[in-house]
This record gives sequence, structure tokens and C-alpha cells, in this order.
Amino acid sequence: MTKVSMKVNGKAVSRDVPDNTLLVEFLREQLRLTGTHVGCDTSQCGACTVHVNGRAIKSCTQLAVSLEGAEVTTIEGIANDGELHPMQVAFNDHHGLQCGFCTPGMIMAGIDMVNRYQAQGKDLTEEAIRFELEGNLCRCTGYHNIVKAIDDAAGKMTGMARAAE
Amino acid sequence: MYQTKYHRPASIDDAVAALAAAEDGKFLSGGQTLLATMKQRLAAPTDLVDLRGIPGMSGITVDADGVTIGAATIHADVAASPEVAAAIPALAALASHIGDPAVRHMGTIGGSLANNDPAADYPAAVLGLNGTVITNQREIPAEEYFVGLFTTALEEGEIIKAVRFPRPKRAAYQKFAQPASRFALVGVLVAETDDGVRVAITGAGSDGVFRAGAFEAALNGDFSAGALDSASVDADDLMNDIHATPEYRAHLARVLAQRAVKAAG
Ligand SMILES: Cc1cc2nc3c(=O)[nH]c(=O)nc-3n(C[C@H](O)[C@H](O)[C@H](O)COP(=O)(O)OP(=O)(O)OC[C@H]3O[C@@H](n4cnc5c(N)ncnc54)[C@H](O)[C@@H]3O)c2cc1C
Ligand code: FES
Ligand code: FES
Repeated sequence: MTKVSMKVNGKAVSRDVPDNTLLVEFLREQLRLTGTHVGCDTSQCGACTVHVNGRAIKSCTQLAVSLEGAEVTTIEGIANDGELHPMQVAFNDHHGLQCGFCTPGMIMAGIDMVNRYQAQGKDLTEEAIRFELEGNLCRCTGYHNIVKAIDDAAGKMTGMARAAE
Repeated sequence: MYQTKYHRPASIDDAVAALAAAEDGKFLSGGQTLLATMKQRLAAPTDLVDLRGIPGMSGITVDADGVTIGAATIHADVAASPEVAAAIPALAALASHIGDPAVRHMGTIGGSLANNDPAADYPAAVLGLNGTVITNQREIPAEEYFVGLFTTALEEGEIIKAVRFPRPKRAAYQKFAQPASRFALVGVLVAETDDGVRVAITGAGSDGVFRAGAFEAALNGDFSAGALDSASVDADDLMNDIHATPEYRAHLARVLAQRAVKAAG
């Protein structure tokens, strides 16, 4: 057992966990944040995608104890005071989900790619969105509406950054 | 995953000591290969010695001679580095196509080279660009580093600290990705260096990454895609699996080498 402390969705948390605890197990079983899903458990599907220190990673493929001091954001942490994040709104508007199992990972991957492209001043084209979604599998939608949702949210997220300035 | 003990040493010496004291320990970097293997119970190290907390293990330095990349540098940082893109664009482009964004946010160049998967991308860069693997014990030239499938010249307890790539005159990498895994079904790096043309092929060889002598000879005479029209790699030395026959891999090797020559400009 090792004591690990991190900040999850802005809140400091600390737990004693076995060293082989995966981040996704820490989130789901210790913190009861069950929005992050396990689809494959083999690093392929991206259903478990969360942000660690601002970057999307697969939480099924990282040990909780290796993330001492990290800032973690999950799907539960992106709405602001009950107001959905623009990426969540866009998935709703564009019907970017069917069963919804892949959706938390898709939304976290979507926010990550928009942030990265905007920070680097690169154009997030439809082709780029599809390339960036390489690590996120959906068995239902056929991806078209997911791509549309991310494209739409990207526009609103630029607006959000400008409004905040 | 079986139980394991996690260590986060703050120096190379402590890491070496932690591994030596372990019954059956392993170094850990991004975990994108090792943790996946442990979850499948194909590996069950008693101890994991995380190298990422050691100062100086990550970061990129570019000088007149070339590019040096710390072992714990993640693929995403190599891909996004304007300095790497300016000095060796082929290297930044190669890193930007490893796996997917989440894998690139954790996986490291040191982990990839220590693992030496026969379909991994970085081995083609190190061999094709005539790189040097710098460890806590010595400097290993590319030619001596890659020994075979998942096998390298690294000794027990030897830690990759950095990798150095000399600047080529021009270079490009082309990969035909296996559609499910994104690993290279075949990947070809073509580089024109001060000592002539080097062509390294990953994803294809039965012994892992290798140099294609026939391609190099043809390109040394004439650095053009057409020069490879009648050159070939011997299919007898290539892998055969459910994804591709050796003949198909040999065909891809030539087509990708030609594309790389064109892309190198
Ligand atoms: C979904 C997915 C897709 C992928 N696609 C690709 C791809 O397209 N192309 C590609 O090349 N790779 C691909 N990979 C592999 C990825 O690049 C890994 O990150 C990499 O192979 C291992 O790096 P790591 O830092 O995660 O190492 P780890 O998994 O932590 O370690 C791997 C091995 O290296 C050893 N090790 C680690 N660091 C050092 C060091 N500094 N010195 C000595 N030994 C060390 C460890 O003991 C272990 O044996 C993919 C992985 C996944 C999960
Ligand atoms: S559950 Fe983590 S990638 Fe599928
Ligand atoms: S909506 Fe069902 S897996 Fe994507």
C-alpha cells in the first residue's frame, strides 16, 4: 500500500491504495467517479480517457501511485456550476452518442484536441479531428456526429477563451 | 495485474540500486507497453522502478550537430517541438504518428527503444539517422544497439538516459500503419547523411529493424524514387503473419522507400 495524493476535479484527495491500482480503478472504486468507463482494459478504446496535468491519457494504463501531486480532470469535472461544457452541449446538439459508453472518453479527447490545436494555432479540420480520434473507439455512431460535435464545440471554445480575456 | 511494489527514485544511482535490490524488478517509463503487458499477466515484476522522477531524464536539446532527446521525453513533446521540426523534420513527423494522442502523452522514446518492438517507429529513426543511445554506462551506436526481436544491447540494470541524432542532409519517414494498432506494418526511414544514404526498415524484418543495403546502394548512385524501381529487399528475411505476407511487406518496403525519397525532397 502507498499513500497517494492528487487533485481530482479541483478537489484534493488522498488514499492508501495497493501499488498496482490503475488510475481508472482509483477514480471509479476509491472516489466513486464512475463517469470514466473501462471499455477494453487493453489501452485501445479510449473510453477511460481523462486529463492529467492538462493532457488526455488512458487512465487504464497508468498507475495511481505514479501520479502523486497530479491534477486530474474527469468527465464529472468539466461542467461549470451545473452549466454543461460546450463539448457536452455539442454532443447533445449533434446527437454525438447512441449508447453513450464511449462518450466520456470522446468528450475528454475532444476537449484535449481543441485545446492543443488552439494553443499551437493550428486549424482543427475535419481530417485532423478524425486523425486525433485514432485512440477513441465507438461501436455505435459511425463517428460522423462525433466529428460534427467536436467541430462545433471547437468554435464555441474559441469564443469562450476570447470572452474570458 | 499481479501485486507489485512501486519505487520513484530521484537519481540514476538510486534507480540502479532499487532494481538490484528487487527480486525481479523492471524499469518503468510511460507504461504504455509495460503496464499493458502486466495487465495481461505476460509480465509480473515484483518491483517497478519509475525513471520519470529523475532530474534530467526528459527534454530536448538542439545544437549544430544534431538533436538530443532525454529518454523520458514523451512522443507528443518530440512531435510538437519546433526545434526538432526545424532540425530533423522527419523525426518530429515520425513521433506525431506513434499510436494515438493519449499514448503520445505518456509513451517515451527511452521506453520505446528499450522495448524494441519489431513494428515500433523510433528504431527506424535511430538506425536510419545513425543515432546513438546514451546510457548510464556507455554510448551505444545504432548499429550495435538493435540485436533482435524485443532484444537490445542493454545489459541488466542499464538505463537509457538520452538518444542523440546527428543532423541528416535530408530525411523522411513513411509508414504504412496496421489499421487496428497503428504500429508499422512496414515503416521506412530514408536519410542522406554525410556518410551516404541510409535506409532503415521497421515492421518487416524477422529480426527487427534493419538497413536495406540494396536500396542504399541504388540511392547512393542516384537519389531519386526511380532509382529504386529495380531494387528490392529479400522477402526471405521478412515477417509472415496474419496481417501481411513477406512478399507484400517487401513490396510495401519499396513503395514506402520511394515515397520517402520524394518526401525528403
Ligand atoms: C494503443 C497503443 C498504440 C501504440 N502505437 C504505437 C505505434 O504506432 N508505434 C510505436 O512505435 N509504438 C506504439 N505504441 C507503443 C508506445 O510507443 C510505447 O510508449 C513505447 O513502446 C514504450 O514506451 P513507454 O515509455 O510507455 O515504456 P514502458 O512501457 O514504461 O517500458 C517499456 C520497456 O522499456 C523499459 N524501459 C523504459 N524506460 C527505460 C529506460 N529509460 N532505460 C531502460 N529501459 C527502459 C521497461 O523496463 C520496459 O521493459 C503503442 C502503444 C499503445 C498502447
Ligand atoms: S479502457 Fe482504457 S483504453 Fe480502453
Ligand atoms: S455511443 Fe455507443 S460506443 Fe459510442
